Amino acid sequence: MTTGKDHIDLRELHNSEIPLPDGLQNNVALTTLSQLYNWGRARSTWPLLFGLACCAIEMIATAAARYDLSRFGMEVMRASPRQADLLIVSGTVTKKMVVPIVRIFNQMPEPRYALAMGACASGGGPFKEGYNVVSGIDKFIPVDVYVPGCPPTPQALLYGLITLHRKMESSSLNNINSVPWYGRGPSDEIPLPILGPDIIDPRQTEILRKEIESFNASMQEMQAEA
Amino acid sequence: MSDQAPEIAVSQEQMVRTLQERFGNVVKPDDRGNFEGVIVDRDKLVDVATALRDDYGYDYLSSATAVDYLGFGDHFEMVYHCYKTTGGPALVVKAQTPRDVATIPSLINVWSGADFQEREAYDLMGIHFPGHPNLKRILMWEGFDGHPMRKDWHEAYFEEEHKPFDNRHPDGWVKRSEEYNPFGRNVKYPQGMTLADVHDISEIDHYEGLNLGVDIEYGAIDTDRLIVNMGPHHPSTHGVFRMVVTLDGETVETLEPVMGYLHRNHEKIGERNAWIMNMPFTDRLDYISSMSNNHGYALAVEHLMEKNAIRGYSAPTERAELIRILMVEMTRFVNHIWSIGFLLNDLGAFFTPALYAIEEREIILDFFEAASGSRMMCNYMRFGGVYKDIPERIRAQAVLENDIIRDFDTMQYLRTLIYERLPRFIEEYDRLLTRNELVLTRCQGVGILPGDMAIAMSAAGPVLRASGVPYDVRRADPYSIYPELEFDVITGTNGDVYDRFLVRMGEMRESIRILQQVFPRLEETKGQPVFGMDSYVPRMGNGGESYGRVENPKGELGYYVVSMPGKDYDQNPWRYHVRAPSFINLTGLEEMCKGHKVADIVVILGSIDIVLGETDR
Ligand code: SF4
Repeated sequence: MTTGKDHIDLRELHNSEIPLPDGLQNNVALTTLSQLYNWGRARSTWPLLFGLACCAIEMIATAAARYDLSRFGMEVMRASPRQADLLIVSGTVTKKMVVPIVRIFNQMPEPRYALAMGACASGGGPFKEGYNVVSGIDKFIPVDVYVPGCPPTPQALLYGLITLHRKMESSSLNNINSVPWYGRGPSDEIPLPILGPDIIDPRQTEILRKEIESFNASMQEMQAEA
Repeated sequence: MSDQAPEIAVSQEQMVRTLQERFGNVVKPDDRGNFEGVIVDRDKLVDVATALRDDYGYDYLSSATAVDYLGFGDHFEMVYHCYKTTGGPALVVKAQTPRDVATIPSLINVWSGADFQEREAYDLMGIHFPGHPNLKRILMWEGFDGHPMRKDWHEAYFEEEHKPFDNRHPDGWVKRSEEYNPFGRNVKYPQGMTLADVHDISEIDHYEGLNLGVDIEYGAIDTDRLIVNMGPHHPSTHGVFRMVVTLDGETVETLEPVMGYLHRNHEKIGERNAWIMNMPFTDRLDYISSMSNNHGYALAVEHLMEKNAIRGYSAPTERAELIRILMVEMTRFVNHIWSIGFLLNDLGAFFTPALYAIEEREIILDFFEAASGSRMMCNYMRFGGVYKDIPERIRAQAVLENDIIRDFDTMQYLRTLIYERLPRFIEEYDRLLTRNELVLTRCQGVGILPGDMAIAMSAAGPVLRASGVPYDVRRADPYSIYPELEFDVITGTNGDVYDRFLVRMGEMRESIRILQQVFPRLEETKGQPVFGMDSYVPRMGNGGESYGRVENPKGELGYYVVSMPGKDYDQNPWRYHVRAPSFINLTGLEEMCKGHKVADIVVILGSIDIVLGETDR
């Protein structure tokens, strides 16, 4: 693969184990298919245009001129989940909002990534004890990178994104178990949470059943005693 | 533009006496210590309210909220703060109801601005409002168990009534309730729940009463009637706001705002927190203007401390007030450029005007960061002053003068900002946008809110003033050092999107004018203390209530705080309520959107300028 253009640095694509003659260093790259594939993906990750709370403001500031997300090939924020690779969960996840978030995540085509931005998305943050707050989006969808902060500064978010790029680059086509989408067939959808008397994760119905049974048993005991 | 001199209003005591003469026993002055206003018999509440509005000029309902006095008389109390749009202090009207069958007549026919606030009280406190046409949950979802703001309702991670929790302080052995939750999550199910209860009814009521069929013929053209959900994930809603819109072709027939997607229980958490612990939480209300949120809360608590004559409390020094105004007016500037930038975004000028705005914002944020330690969540004000004086030097990354200078003298930095950079920016923005054809055609005549309706709906801030009502809390009910400063209250005439845009542009100019008056005084007061109090942890002694209101960039922001006497209660607010302008301004949204096209909804919403952190709290 050769190119005369300066702005693609072929050295970052070249597999360093294979020596190249001096004159060819920036003109030829010998690499693996995995590497090429991951390289392309990491350098054109399109985030979903999706803001949740205060952290979203810093996300917008990151995309603006001063911090300039487009340096990473990421300025194309897409409003449709069908066109996005990366979900930046930028803010407090409430019980009411987690249902649409899971739905959006399910709609994103694979390969897809999720980044939890800020204390709230990572673990509930300052509002953790609130009755309508989910303590961390990772209770519902798998998260690739956590960025701490309240809100994280744009620099912190950029560092999180670079970490994500590194993660992308480390996945391998040879090992179909390294990431779900290199396996056969699509991965499973995440079941939608139910807004009952409180939020119910369908994956936790077993625990719920046990809790209800033990509660009923204790009620019966109390009645028997009385 | 008009300058408004507040009329010297009759004092609250006089008003109470007048009401007593007219209504007799129905109206009683509230004689609990440090409480104000009148308690009205709930059966006669509508009559009294109507008289207040029609005969005494209290045409503006600022805030309506409920308090649960469990253990202190065991009743609910609705508290209404009524104002005159001609200026002057509040008249506080209260109505009480027993806790078991809680009903209070709805005031929606007197002040339609009570609409959302009564729904909120119904949702969070479980008070019924006979006469309210659309009484359903507004922040939580339909089917949620219980009314969370009641004092006897405990959240899943409940540990104790008040912070700091005993097991964290002073002994410091930590046992968190979440570690004992069988689900490992922040959930709590009602006792006696069965698996049959596991179903979702939260969506049904949004579509109630809407004719869901398509292919309904209208007049000459056959158009379809559609129901469209805009949001909660929609790039134009400025967050997680949702509107259920019925469309005839492309024309809006009905619009129902659905909120609560960012309801993060600010008030419940606030009532567990000690007084000072709420300060950083107020940052996160309207997260674009955290400094002025701080200001409102500081005013409310300072007022209560004054009432209680707390030992060690002294009012903010002159320099503290100056720094506060400096920060608050800069915040107003930031907020307005941000909102205009994104209004243009909504008009289809994707991101370029916003980029211009963000560039200036970054420069101001660098100053905020140097002063408070954080770009957005400043947590800067304290009861009795500000946290710290502004620093000597700024290590700013933003390029103010040229590429090389990165270490500035703060006053020099501010001088450049206030006298050169910001005025120049306004002129540039003005030249680019104000007579722009796209802006004119899309904004003029769209989303009209007439003045009388704006008052009735309790609209506030630029939305109210664009409708021709010269009501600005800084002038009408002055606080801080605003009476000493010279500035105009900007008003519009038509109440459309374009006027709101113009009002914001004008207010930015006025902000610069204020900043230019504050700056020389800052130089004069250099070296004076900025914090006069002894301690950060106030105890409220005899308790009482207080309402602190400021003119936030988005409108009137009010904090209603109640404290109960006694050692167990005086460290924490008993009631902590936020009157959020973004929330109440939405009351008029349907009215403004009806008859317009779908694309206009986006613009109208953008011109109201909401922030979801504040709308949902
Ligand atoms: S982490 Fe902080 S800034 Fe981010 S959404 Fe939560 S409260 Fe807001």
